Amino acid sequence: MTFLFSFFSLDHCGSRLGTKTMLGRSLREVSAALKQGQITPTELCQKCLSLIKKTKFLNAYITVSEEVALKQAEESERRYKKGHSLGNLDGIPVAIKDNFSTSGIKTTCASNMLKDYIPPYNATVVQKLLDQGAILMGKTNLDEFAMGSGSTDGAFGPVKNPWSYSKQHKAKRKEKPHAESEDPDWLIAGGSSGGSAAAVSAFTCFAALGSDTGGSTRNPAAHCGVVGFKPSYGLVSRHGLIPLVNSMDVPGILTRCVDDAAIVLGVLAGHDPKDSTTVQDPFKPFTLPTLTDVSKLRVGIPKEYLVPELSREVQSLWSKAADLFESEGAKVIEVSLPHTSYSIVCYHVLCTAEVASNMARFDGLEYGHRCNIDLSTEAMYAATRREGFNDVVRGRILSGNYFLLKENYENYFVKAQKVRRLIANDFVNVFNSGVDVLLTPTTLGEAVPYKEFIKEDNRTRSAQDDIFTQAANMAGLPAVSVPVALSNQGLPVGLQLIGPAFSDQQLLTVARWFEKQIHFPVIQLQEIMDDFSSVSENEKLPSISLKQ
Amino acid sequence: MWARVARLGRWALVGGHRAFATEVCRGGGRVTAEVIAHLERLALVDFGSREAVARLEKAIAFAERLHAVDTERVEPLESVLEDRCLYLRPDNVVEGNCVEEILQNSHRVVEEYFVAPPGNLSLPEME
Repeated sequence: MTFLFSFFSLDHCGSRLGTKTMLGRSLREVSAALKQGQITPTELCQKCLSLIKKTKFLNAYITVSEEVALKQAEESERRYKKGHSLGNLDGIPVAIKDNFSTSGIKTTCASNMLKDYIPPYNATVVQKLLDQGAILMGKTNLDEFAMGSGSTDGAFGPVKNPWSYSKQHKAKRKEKPHAESEDPDWLIAGGSSGGSAAAVSAFTCFAALGSDTGGSTRNPAAHCGVVGFKPSYGLVSRHGLIPLVNSMDVPGILTRCVDDAAIVLGVLAGHDPKDSTTVQDPFKPFTLPTLTDVSKLRVGIPKEYLVPELSREVQSLWSKAADLFESEGAKVIEVSLPHTSYSIVCYHVLCTAEVASNMARFDGLEYGHRCNIDLSTEAMYAATRREGFNDVVRGRILSGNYFLLKENYENYFVKAQKVRRLIANDFVNVFNSGVDVLLTPTTLGEAVPYKEFIKEDNRTRSAQDDIFTQAANMAGLPAVSVPVALSNQGLPVGLQLIGPAFSDQQLLTVARWFEKQIHFPVIQLQEIMDDFSSVSENEKLPSISLKQ
Repeated sequence: MWARVARLGRWALVGGHRAFATEVCRGGGRVTAEVIAHLERLALVDFGSREAVARLEKAIAFAERLHAVDTERVEPLESVLEDRCLYLRPDNVVEGNCVEEILQNSHRVVEEYFVAPPGNLSLPEME
């Protein structure tokens, strides 16, 4: 497996062989195409809707807001005709994870508790996207209440990784072909923002919002071969994001290239009076500078992240990435984050404690599911919660309550908060010692088959899968997962870059430089091939056999 | 980097922190029936099965590892933004008057009230 792996020699975020069909373009390119009238917002919206229908078997979307999207597309078209487009996001199809409140559109958190809940307001980040003219394609699937690392534990079924059906993966499996819907060995998309990652990976939208509490944006991004960006805590508003862990949650951005993530961040970041945990520092949207000289860059490799469970392939890619930085002139230094091995335990305690508190609001009275029992308030609450929550959620609530019991509070909860400070300080010390950015794996390995994944329970899986990602949430740092190469099984592997707090712009600049050095291949999905070929009859298409 | 990685690989296997991946399940006997009932009452969520109790015991055993860390003279970290002043909005009413929107998602409403069953009865004992 070669590192500078290039199945078809092209730049990431471009389309195949010079035929620039719309869905394969970057956000910036499509925006330019819209401005130049090469395509209208309505046509673009319809293409995405059609692709969503064709890729329905992925189960990436819980709700497809077709009518709303077409109406928004019409309005966008009117603006373009008058020459009054709102910006880079005007007319661009986006998808939103289903734990962000969307006015008038069901917001379920993939839970029975909220399966018919229709919020009367938009989350701030949703409103910001809509104010810029983005087209809301739908709400994406997730693990119930964003608890999990596979997008397998939601009330509306699991999300399938689009790469399960890619030519690249199928070629490595050498199995007999069969219809998508019958494939029993499909792979998980990662979680908990698996639906968003799959939606972006399958070209059904140009950007998607996820949430990131322990790695929920970066993990599925790595498994689905897309960019997953976690902003600094306090940079982007959480108002309207149904909370999991208030001190760690952030909205995450999933796109097919780093530049697109920067565009979306530019729209979303900034102080929100409705979220007092957003910082008041003025934020100016930026265009990522093109980094050409990395000789002054110092990249840290945390030695504690080299764990026995790390797959050989990912370890090799990590090593080669470090070599790449070094060969281009950067200084690559081994660093130490001594409390790394405790961070997953610490996260486990703090997360369950905050979950116990945040889930208390679901009692059936003001919104959400309500049971039929009317004997007493407590009986009603208990039955409502039993019916509305799945085992994972209930398990975390009970664990959290255990750690918060008077006799346990000091020994578990406060202890975990102290360990959290030690972990955050580890990062501060490393960045103060002259390191600009850390380079680590995102996941232990490639996406596993669903059948394998469900052999262990949710908590065990999360503890294993969040290992490289959750420390950044504990310390509130910005982090990004960039797809790097395909594994021996033809599946995406991502690597992670972590920066100091509020260095989001610098981090994305380095990530963009890194992305340009590697040529991550475009996924070859039958559904997209058909779409591409049906669009342009005049453009030359290669004669590739699409039949299995 | 490759040589460095190879050396680290040996270090990790010999020395190493296998702490987080493989767990020692200390299970059993840790969570008493009294605690279970107490938690169910506090959380208003029931365990539902023996497996759920076992999962809690595993979770507690997992959390025990924290005690190996020396946190002498370390202050708890509540928020990563602790060095900043929390933003407070001026105390002026600028929005509201949305009674209908607030009531619309409830299953049982009478005029402008949410309807709840009687509140002065404790949770009945469950099996």
